[in-house]
Amino acid sequence: MVHGPEHPHVHSSEAGTGPGSHSQVVPVQRALLEKNQRLAERNRGFFRAKNLLVLNIMSAPGSGKTTFIEATAQALAGRARLGVIVGDLATDNDAARLRAAGIPAIQVSTGTVCHLDAAMVSRAAQQLDLDSLDLLCIENVGNLVCPADFDLGEDLRVVLMSVTEGEDKPLKYPPLFHSAHVAVLTKCDLAAAAGFNRDLALANLRRISHHARIFEVSARTGDGMAAWAEYLLRVRQAPKPDD
Amino acid sequence: MHELGIIQEAVRMALDTAKARGASRVLGLRLRVGTMSGVVPEALQFAFEVVCRGTPAEGAWLQIESVPAACWCSSCAAEFECQDFLNECPRCHQPSGQLIRGRELDLTAVEMA
Repeated sequence: MVHGPEHPHVHSSEAGTGPGSHSQVVPVQRALLEKNQRLAERNRGFFRAKNLLVLNIMSAPGSGKTTFIEATAQALAGRARLGVIVGDLATDNDAARLRAAGIPAIQVSTGTVCHLDAAMVSRAAQQLDLDSLDLLCIENVGNLVCPADFDLGEDLRVVLMSVTEGEDKPLKYPPLFHSAHVAVLTKCDLAAAAGFNRDLALANLRRISHHARIFEVSARTGDGMAAWAEYLLRVRQAPKPDD
Repeated sequence: MHELGIIQEAVRMALDTAKARGASRVLGLRLRVGTMSGVVPEALQFAFEVVCRGTPAEGAWLQIESVPAACWCSSCAAEFECQDFLNECPRCHQPSGQLIRGRELDLTAVEMA
């Protein structure tokens, strides 16, 4: 399987003829995501020191993340101030839209990268006046696969699923749904038009996102947004495990 | 999609490890990858060759050890193997959300010279 020192390796002639030219197998134990994990923990500590509640908002493209964030800011108006970091492969359309609604927003263009990582979030956060905020929403790249592996230093992982996407999204993308603390059904005002089977969707969600708190909202009509806002305020007041 | 970034990190770690031990070349890497890590071993293999090119790890071998996923059933106080997040405990048929193995993404050995 692996060449040992008693079998001189083909490369040893290139490396020289001394005793060091024999190959050796060195056992190591390192997590490939350790760098991201370290940076995420640093972000988490930094955000806590700023007394920020941080949400990592994930969904497929087009589930309504930006509209949901806008409606969240509206529902919290006068009670908590919200800032946003938005990740997309290209364009700053989403950040521009949020800023037009009076919400401080920084766009991160990830190029060909399919998810945000802790380093990108750390750089983007420096461009926001965090002391003037209570809540930081990180709108991840629209993708239900890759963001599952990357901790950003958030307090809550929030996954969105719109009623137009079909009831089986959680079954198709289990790792991300499984990792969520909160699952939000969006565009509920379109449920009838989309022929959405609510019971089936909720059953699928509960099957995969065992521990997730579930909300049903329509960001457009405002339905369900008050309950969501109350929940965020409650979580923000609750002492953090390490405090 | 993110296999490229992950294998870049693995090669970087292997080259660091070799350098720290005074070796000039990396001849091979062994990884441990859980079946629920979200990473596709074939995609890692594919990206590996490209990432090694032009580095002291050029031509190195890559061995991927797969780790089967396991869940913990708290009612039975026992673990069971699972294929996805849907599996129920084979003893009590309760669904378990506690994955105890299967998300590994580790570098476990480096061959160097």
